[in-house]
Amino acid sequence: MTALIELKGIHKHYGDYHALRGIDLEIRKGEFFSLLGPSGCGKTTLLRTIAGFEAPSQGTLRIDGRDMQGVPANLRPTNMVFQSYAIFPHLSVAQNVAFGLRRDPRPREQKARAVADALEMVGLGGYGGRAAHALSGGQRQRVALARALILQPKVLLLDEPLSALDKKMRETMQVELIKLQRNVGITFILVTHDQEEALIMSDRIAVMFEGEIAQMADPETLYRRPNSRRVASFIGKMNFLEGRVDEAGERILVDVAGLGRGEVSPEQAPAGATPGPTTFGVRPETLSIVYPGEEPQGRVAPGIVDEVVYYGDMTYYDVRIEGVAEPLTISMKNLMGRPVLDVGTPVGVIWDEKSLVVLSR
Amino acid sequence: MGILDASPRVRAAALTAPPFLYTLLLLAFPLGAVILISFMTQQGVALDTTFTTANYQRIATEPIFGALIGRSLLVASLVTLVTVVLAYPVAYYVSFHVRPERKALWLFIITIPFWTSYLIRVFLWRIILGFNGVVNTALVSLGIVDEPLTFILYNLNSVIITLAHAYAVFAILPIYVALEKIDRSLLEAAQDLGENRLTTFLRVTLPLSIPGVVGALLIVFIPVIGDYVTPELMGGPGGRVAANMIQIQFLQLNNWPLGAALALVVMMVVGLVAALFGLVFFRWLRRRA
Amino acid sequence: MRRGRLLGIYTIVYLVFLFAPIALLPIFAFNDAAIIAFPLAGFSTRWFERLWTTPALHQALQNSLFIATVTAVLATLLGTCAARAASMARFPGKRAALGFIMLPIALPEIVIAVALLIVIRQVFDLPLTNWSVIAAHTLICVPFSIAILNGAFAALDPSLEEAAMDLGESRWSAFRLVTLPLVMPGIVSSLLICFIISMDDFVLAQFLTGANPTLPVYIYSLTRFVDSLPLIMALGTILVTLSLTLLVIAEWFRRRGAARAGLKTSGGLL
Repeated sequence: MTALIELKGIHKHYGDYHALRGIDLEIRKGEFFSLLGPSGCGKTTLLRTIAGFEAPSQGTLRIDGRDMQGVPANLRPTNMVFQSYAIFPHLSVAQNVAFGLRRDPRPREQKARAVADALEMVGLGGYGGRAAHALSGGQRQRVALARALILQPKVLLLDEPLSALDKKMRETMQVELIKLQRNVGITFILVTHDQEEALIMSDRIAVMFEGEIAQMADPETLYRRPNSRRVASFIGKMNFLEGRVDEAGERILVDVAGLGRGEVSPEQAPAGATPGPTTFGVRPETLSIVYPGEEPQGRVAPGIVDEVVYYGDMTYYDVRIEGVAEPLTISMKNLMGRPVLDVGTPVGVIWDEKSLVVLSR
Repeated sequence: MGILDASPRVRAAALTAPPFLYTLLLLAFPLGAVILISFMTQQGVALDTTFTTANYQRIATEPIFGALIGRSLLVASLVTLVTVVLAYPVAYYVSFHVRPERKALWLFIITIPFWTSYLIRVFLWRIILGFNGVVNTALVSLGIVDEPLTFILYNLNSVIITLAHAYAVFAILPIYVALEKIDRSLLEAAQDLGENRLTTFLRVTLPLSIPGVVGALLIVFIPVIGDYVTPELMGGPGGRVAANMIQIQFLQLNNWPLGAALALVVMMVVGLVAALFGLVFFRWLRRRA
Repeated sequence: MRRGRLLGIYTIVYLVFLFAPIALLPIFAFNDAAIIAFPLAGFSTRWFERLWTTPALHQALQNSLFIATVTAVLATLLGTCAARAASMARFPGKRAALGFIMLPIALPEIVIAVALLIVIRQVFDLPLTNWSVIAAHTLICVPFSIAILNGAFAALDPSLEEAAMDLGESRWSAFRLVTLPLVMPGIVSSLLICFIISMDDFVLAQFLTGANPTLPVYIYSLTRFVDSLPLIMALGTILVTLSLTLLVIAEWFRRRGAARAGLKTSGGLL
């Protein structure tokens, strides 16, 4: 697959503020791509640069092979769903959706049909006559989608499109957006600060911090093999352990403080490994507790329950282990017959060297 | 590339330019001319352009000018005080006791008199307060007084009443805005911490509304000190203020340099009062911080 | 709530104080007596009839209408520029420039009148005409226009215009198709308010009017004749009715604008 969008060495300065610091990025045709990061990391600036609302201070942007330098937003093959949705309050739903068709030479009836189809597609069939300011948040979002998609853009840009919705609505729209994207086959670029949303929806994710891309990968790789402590703590919950890399040749041999020695594969060190002190990451669900009466399987370290947080389907335990600086968080499914352990209970913690990730310092 | 394609900063600056240039040309430049002419002298119909401080010396030495400026200050201060004190409870009532959906209507009603001809309002006060006016007719017919009262027209009282009426809206609106900004949970917090309604008002509401009160004081004081119509029509023989003298110098005596100097002195007095006020307010703010 | 009730009574009394003069206006305008005093003499429309047959008044009214119309358009144009700029990107000196434009509201009118008179007569030696009054009125109306339009522009979501551009419109057509319709109620409101201010102004007009006086200057000249007081009452009644009508229209437009933008209305015209 060829790159639909190519960014090379994009920088953006606002006076003294360096908002984008050398972004290199290729986004493929038909991809659902997410820009993920905390607020102020430059993800929205990057999206607006692609849309044509910001001109990069340096670097080149190509869409479908065409250099976008000097091409204003209205002439780019991109359309945007704004964070506020930007539904024109003085127009009806149908007029909003038809807004971009003003210069379309098709006869009126055909345009009306296109509008009706677009509304149907986003689940708002029959809403055309409604006043725009009378819509709910979810409906506004659908109108914004229909309004952008009716122009059949090469790229649809979504700026935090779900952040204004409540939790239930957000979950519904996540699923609908994925389906919609698969149906229309248009490249979607989503900006979000919600890591869960990015993981659920995207084919690939670029994690951004302070105007730079920290890591770019598919959701699974990003979750399992974050390349830095920062990315690891931004996405999901991660335990950090001190230790050292003993050998980093053909085999990577490590020594985790409090847990012991082991061997890891090169994939477990996405940023590479060099001998010396290092930080290891391990996800709570890859650790396990030996319940009373169960046979331990694998390597076990003894510890004491320090904190218990009950979530209904899951329980999160913080377990203190001799030699490990911070208590390790372990998530356990509350399967039948498993009691919720009390604070102070001595337990065994099962761990596996295969679930370790070596993080760059 | 036209101006429409320029950066947002450039476009914002380009849009600011026309009103800015207009104000520059029709306010800053003319004010410069006022300063210039105030250092000249009038010789009959001609203007003597030699630089002199004669006008300022006259204003400083001839007692009539000092008296007029003093009276201007007195009238403006009294009017401002009366207007703001009378307006505060109204602003408070609208902000705290009127239902939210009714507030806009109340404000609209309060602003209506402001939009009716100023000159005609002044005449109406003459009719109300006059010898055979509404107040006197009512008082006599009710048997409260035997003779029509004379002390209510053509003196300081009538000037204050008329001006307090004319500038009421200028006082109510800033105070109202300040009161509206107060987070209502602060008042509940104060009561929760043991204050009663009165002490809550004194310790929370009033201090938080002070910026609005200061705004109201300034916004009333400035136009009142330049007002010559009401003192002329309502003040009676001794009721004239500095603004009247400026008007007379320009439109009757034709001594523009003297009028210009006087106008500048009045402006400086306004500036001084405003600065003094600002200083006190700033100190007060700092002491609280 | 005793305290609320006391305040309510005070507020009612204050409103009576505010409205008493205006309420008297029609009473004396329709009173069949040349002297403005109680008791009333009976109903008459003769003062209105006399207004109808006073050519000098018609000339003054014509002048005022012309001045007010041109002022309203000019001030609203300039005010729109400033209010739009205020809602846009910052540039060095922006606050100072916008503050400077608001300055005329913070100066006594007599100072502005004097300054313009000197420039027009002494510096440029131009005659005083309706245009000198228009220039002055525009100067003091621009801040009011900005105050009204600031609300309209600030309430706009900046991404609306971007959305229009994103959907294929140029910057200018995005403004025309989206921003202009949304701020139009504010613009109408500004036009009407500036019109009223210009119609009512006496101080600037007295200093800067040419051979033909404006309406307030004409009214002022009538005060020297005691028997023309009822005439002023009749004229005042008409003017107040006109002002009120325009005001209600302006307020209606302002609220419609707020409703369109999906906002809750609060605050008055200022």
